[in-house]
Amino acid sequence: MNERKMQILELLKEDARRSADLIATMLDAPAAEVKQAIAEMEQDHVIVKYATVVNWSKVEDEKVTALIEVQITPERGRGFEGIAERIYLYPEVKSVYLMSGAYDLLVEVQGKTLKDVASFVSNKLSPIDAVLSTKTFFILKKYKQDGIIFEEREDDHRLLVSP
Amino acid sequence: MIKDEEKQTGTLTRRASMADYLSPQVRSIKPSGIRRFFDLASGRKDIITLGVGEPDFVTPWHVREASVYALEMGKTQYTSNAGTPELREEIGIYLKREFDVAYDPAKEVLVTVGGSEAIDLALRALISPGDEILVPEPCYISYSPITALSGGVPVGVETFAKDQFKLTAESLKASITPRSKVLILCYPSNPTGGIMTYEDWMPIAKVVEEHDLIVISDEIYAELTYGSKHVSFASLPGMKDRTILVSGFSKAFAMTGWRIGYACGHPELISAMLKIHQYTVMCASNMAQIAALEALRNGMDEKNRMVESYNQRRRLIVQGFRDIGLQCHEPQGAFYAFPSIAGLGVTSEEFATGLLNEHNVAAVPGDVFGLGGEGHLRCSYATSVTLITEAIDRIGQYVRKLKEN
Repeated sequence: MNERKMQILELLKEDARRSADLIATMLDAPAAEVKQAIAEMEQDHVIVKYATVVNWSKVEDEKVTALIEVQITPERGRGFEGIAERIYLYPEVKSVYLMSGAYDLLVEVQGKTLKDVASFVSNKLSPIDAVLSTKTFFILKKYKQDGIIFEEREDDHRLLVSP
Repeated sequence: MIKDEEKQTGTLTRRASMADYLSPQVRSIKPSGIRRFFDLASGRKDIITLGVGEPDFVTPWHVREASVYALEMGKTQYTSNAGTPELREEIGIYLKREFDVAYDPAKEVLVTVGGSEAIDLALRALISPGDEILVPEPCYISYSPITALSGGVPVGVETFAKDQFKLTAESLKASITPRSKVLILCYPSNPTGGIMTYEDWMPIAKVVEEHDLIVISDEIYAELTYGSKHVSFASLPGMKDRTILVSGFSKAFAMTGWRIGYACGHPELISAMLKIHQYTVMCASNMAQIAALEALRNGMDEKNRMVESYNQRRRLIVQGFRDIGLQCHEPQGAFYAFPSIAGLGVTSEEFATGLLNEHNVAAVPGDVFGLGGEGHLRCSYATSVTLITEAIDRIGQYVRKLKEN
């Protein structure tokens, strides 16, 4: 990844709505070059999606999220890939990580209610043959995600005008 | 005021008002024009401000945490007057590494309550009544009033947009008289964003040498340059002993509220300043010195990140001003753009007031920064990209309206 692309990614990570022209000005680069770089990164799936970070706790029909530690028996030849896929294809599953340490997959599951999530674990996740055990941890509050702090904070304490 | 003859005859006239108790020097000082704008802007909602002279970053957490830990450990005492030995040592290492100027931490470095105190100490230590102090303008608003407080006579040396607000040897020479003693330099410049390169400095150094001047070089924005690295006046051949280098942590490390700065220079000058410092403030805050030490030891990555971010916003605001038809010289340091609003039929003051009242954008009119400031507007780009874009948009509307009239 060249330096220019890294700079573009940093700026888009802060705000995905920034236009190529704005980014070009900020980086003192030709607009065409920035557009080209963004197109390439979209093509290569470096930029996967321009999604919105939502603080769901602000939304009335609040959601329940759990992190589940899953121990599995890897398959010969495919390791964890096949089983990870079987898990991440469920729409309830928001993220899946392969972990080092005492368990294998960390699965983030979201549901409308506690019952939904519990039912997903007992009816869908645990019955998978390769799954040896699960441990479910419900998330009580999200403070920070992907470098973005969720608490509303008054960050600008500066005087309006100063020397 | 008590008249001399009354003193001699022993009669006493009561002073008519409290103001009569004030010293003539203090009375002669005008309140800062920035203060007036602060009053105009304060209390109003939804203002976008480009008027702030400080970073929009909070001090990096590791620096704050170092100070929190120091408090937990009970570091609540005075430090030695000149500052903690560790911090002075680290400042020495830092200045040598970054700006190639070497100071003995034991005798040539003094930690102060912000760069402001260092400037005050230097002027008080140097000025005899009637001495002329050369101040390239437009410049930071404190130099002339502090000079006047000590009985010095500030002499403005105008700099111009056509020279990118660089100081030239010609205009400096034209302002020198037999009473000239001190030259105050502030590059990178607040408010213009102008810088001085090695080539720009050499003729100035020659004039300083020829006229036997002492230089107070306020290099508080030294870390904030875009393109070429800052050249410290003290690093020029033969200038170290003639220069009191003033700097601090406020701008580079986003530490304005901590009030930690420093002065470096010849041991005789520094010890004179230390004498005033020890009687007036004793020492800079202990926990703030500990935070400053952490910033120097482990804060360079964060600092570089902040500088890069200012640079991006600098390009945005300069392009923005040019797009709405204002001339704007390319600022290469600090975090201010200084676009020209000349030719719109209003003074800077009128422009800034109208902009605030009609479009809720605060910026500082250039005239408050002295000679050459009129016709300009100081706009700090230490604010978010979204707000800069919105502010430019509103300034554009205002400029279009003025042009129609």
